[in-house]
Amino acid sequence: MWHYQAPLRDMRFVIEEWLAAPADWQRMPAFAALDVELAAQVVEEAGRFAGGVLAPLNASGDRQGCRFDNGRVTTPDGFPAAYQAFVDGGWAALACAEEHGGQGLPQLLNAALLEMIYSTNHAWAMYPGIAHGAYECLRAHGTPELRERYLADIVSGEILPTMCLTEPQAGSDVGLLRSRAEPAADGSYRITGGKIFASGGEHDLTENILHLVLARLPDAPSGSRGISLFLVPKRLPDGRHNAVRCGGIEHKLGIRGSATCTLSFEQAEGWLLGEPHRGLAAMFVMMNSARLHVGLQGLGHAEAAWQNAAQYAAERRQMRAVRRPEGRAEAPADPIHYHPAMRRTLLELRTLTEGMRALGYWTAHLLDQAEQGADPALRAQAESRAQLLTPLVKAYFTEQGFRLASSALQVFGGYGYVQDYAVEQILRDSRIAMIYEGSNEIQANDLLLRKVLGDGGAALRGLLETFRAEAEAASTLPECGGFATALGQYCDRLATAAEGLAAAAAQDPERPYRAAGDFLRLLGLVALAFAWVRSARLAAGRADDPFYAGKLESAAFFFAYLLPEADHRLALIEASRQPLPFLPE
Amino acid sequence: MKILVTVKRVVDYNVKVRVKADNSAVDLANVKMAMNPFCEIAVEEAVRLKERGIASEIVAVSVGPAAAQEQLRTALALGADRALLIETDEELGSLAVAKLLKAVVDKEQPQLVITGKQAIDSDNNQTGQMLAALTGYAQGTFASKLEPAGDKLKVVREIDGGLQTLELALPAIVTTDLRLNEPRYASLPNIMKAKKKPLETVTPADLGVSVASTLKTLKVEAPAERQAGIKVGSVAELVEKLKNEAKVI
Ligand SMILES: Cc1cc2nc3c(=O)[nH]c(=O)nc-3n(C[C@H](O)[C@H](O)[C@H](O)COP(=O)(O)OP(=O)(O)OC[C@H]3O[C@@H](n4cnc5c(N)ncnc54)[C@H](O)[C@@H]3O)c2cc1C
Repeated sequence: MWHYQAPLRDMRFVIEEWLAAPADWQRMPAFAALDVELAAQVVEEAGRFAGGVLAPLNASGDRQGCRFDNGRVTTPDGFPAAYQAFVDGGWAALACAEEHGGQGLPQLLNAALLEMIYSTNHAWAMYPGIAHGAYECLRAHGTPELRERYLADIVSGEILPTMCLTEPQAGSDVGLLRSRAEPAADGSYRITGGKIFASGGEHDLTENILHLVLARLPDAPSGSRGISLFLVPKRLPDGRHNAVRCGGIEHKLGIRGSATCTLSFEQAEGWLLGEPHRGLAAMFVMMNSARLHVGLQGLGHAEAAWQNAAQYAAERRQMRAVRRPEGRAEAPADPIHYHPAMRRTLLELRTLTEGMRALGYWTAHLLDQAEQGADPALRAQAESRAQLLTPLVKAYFTEQGFRLASSALQVFGGYGYVQDYAVEQILRDSRIAMIYEGSNEIQANDLLLRKVLGDGGAALRGLLETFRAEAEAASTLPECGGFATALGQYCDRLATAAEGLAAAAAQDPERPYRAAGDFLRLLGLVALAFAWVRSARLAAGRADDPFYAGKLESAAFFFAYLLPEADHRLALIEASRQPLPFLPE
Repeated sequence: MKILVTVKRVVDYNVKVRVKADNSAVDLANVKMAMNPFCEIAVEEAVRLKERGIASEIVAVSVGPAAAQEQLRTALALGADRALLIETDEELGSLAVAKLLKAVVDKEQPQLVITGKQAIDSDNNQTGQMLAALTGYAQGTFASKLEPAGDKLKVVREIDGGLQTLELALPAIVTTDLRLNEPRYASLPNIMKAKKKPLETVTPADLGVSVASTLKTLKVEAPAERQAGIKVGSVAELVEKLKNEAKVI
């Protein structure tokens, strides 16, 4: 049993009020024609597609999984047809430029689309998952011939790209990879090597597949400075099969409908993308959006978990509640959402999910501003802020996605543990997002070491200024003065903690690495506090509308029950003074 | 052939509706609204007729609040050429709606009007029939198949116990049943294009129609909660229970 309704009301709130994005679009020439109504209609129709086409294939795709037979992969029933419908509907090209056949809409609307797709069918979503990143990468680094050959086909969905980084000995550390590329006489390259865990490395959704492969040139320096990026199609332009072979697929905990492939390249023909040895830099253009998208997987799972748990808890009756809502008669057994423990769980699901939606969409909107903003200074600021928030969104959201799926499962009791309800699948599917696209530990290091300490704290100070400005704006409203004060205080404490880590790193360079995970969670909580102060400010004075009354309730819940975790994180950052012993070899 | 399709804004079929505390109406605050599913079928049928080259223009019309523009935009994204909103915040009865539609028919002179057989909010199932009476057009209700041929229209109707095939002289009114077609999803490019299609707004007064109500709603109540069922051991037991407990046979 599976329940999903696109959270359109809250999406509109975030896009139209929390971000006030339509006013920004007016200032961006690329989006000047976009207005509130059109944006809302796009999101609504995307929701109909996700709920109507993808959701029905979620459980069946999980049960059936992918089949591998002699180099070929068969995806679950309905997956290829759903992909065709996705492409025919123009959804694959939503945020691609009009000159390449896309719809030229903002990343922000794409974020809403992706959230719904991940809520309804994460496994299926893996196939078109990196298409947008590959599009950006090819657009930025492809030669005119390569762009001419492949860009339009990626936008139209004719061809699906993959990303082949991982090798058995090279996971988080791509610098260890061994695949080789030799120049051929005609200017192309011959790629040889074995890749693993390539999502969508082989499938039956499209005729052709375009692999983005990292490999080393013969004269490459060792480590990550010696890696180049290549385009290697499954089928060559003249129709021949390239020397790429799928050797098998993984049997996995979750996203079972997604083919995770072992690929061997044996003198496969390909072309260099970007400069020699600068493959990681070339991939960098897709990194921000790709990591944001994985973060949105966490959001999508949290939303699906919340909806299913909320519905179940309203229907399941067990035990008599201590209190009931006004006017509810006594009954032999009450719906479990009257019990305080369940109310807390459900409020936590709702509050974190809605807060993450604001932060995730904000990051997408920053990417739009970084690309399309009219003012260069604001563009640069948006870019740096998006870079700071990206590892946070990736790691914090995916961790919450999994944790909240587990909380939702608890609401179902024993029924959550069996397959009849969808919630156990959410738990399994959500887990991978903490691992791939840079594990959450790697994200935590990136956030603290590179994005925060790396620039002497400048980007973080800018972010905290934005948070404090919101606290200031909300401070005079009776409904949110207390929240605003708390936000200001935690901004100060976070800044002090970051300064302390920077200072400690001089004597103890390992210290920030011991604290990175807790620092990321602390920043996540403070960012959520910011999200909730702004939501409460927008809701203030409108409590007669149940939607805004709910916002005020959630904000109060957040500040009373969830923000205190920040104290715990601060204590753990303090605890990281203590060295960690090494484990026996 | 010009086709007029009607589109009603109703509570989304996924929503579990609640009655207002004062029993005056269904609570619509913050409730997701959508196009009536039978109207979606009407729009789809019109679009298919246009794709087959039979229809030349599709005009979508809605009677409702300003927000019903959303549903008209959806109709435009699905393939209607232009849209007309008769804007009113009143909760109108079927007869008032039919009168308004009659005024539109007079003005637009469509060859075919396609309406849903009913709207899923009030389930009245009478607007199409009333419109047929007011306009004098031939009517084919509960259609599960349409086949135009020249100035005639073959309509297969779903009736109790089977199917009935009628031949109507155009102009005509058809009301859609569930099995007429399966509506498509609006594509993103068509949503974008719909933005540029004309959407006109008029008021009942502009059309010279009085919408004074002849009906008054006294009370709205939720249906009684369903009782849990039981499993019976045998056919004999079932028959016994139907006879003596349920008293239906
Ligand atoms: C379903 C699935 C799909 C995937 N799709 C793709 C794909 O499409 N393309 C692709 O190229 N790869 C893909 N991957 C691979 C994925 O990106 C890697 O698994 C991931 O990068 C981690 O690498 P690893 O598994 O080798 O783990 P390792 O790198 O061995 O890491 C093991 C553990 O050590 C931790 N660790 C490692 N280094 C550090 C450090 N410096 N500090 C702190 N902790 C550290 C990690 O966080 C992790 O917890 C996929 C994997 C899966 C399971």
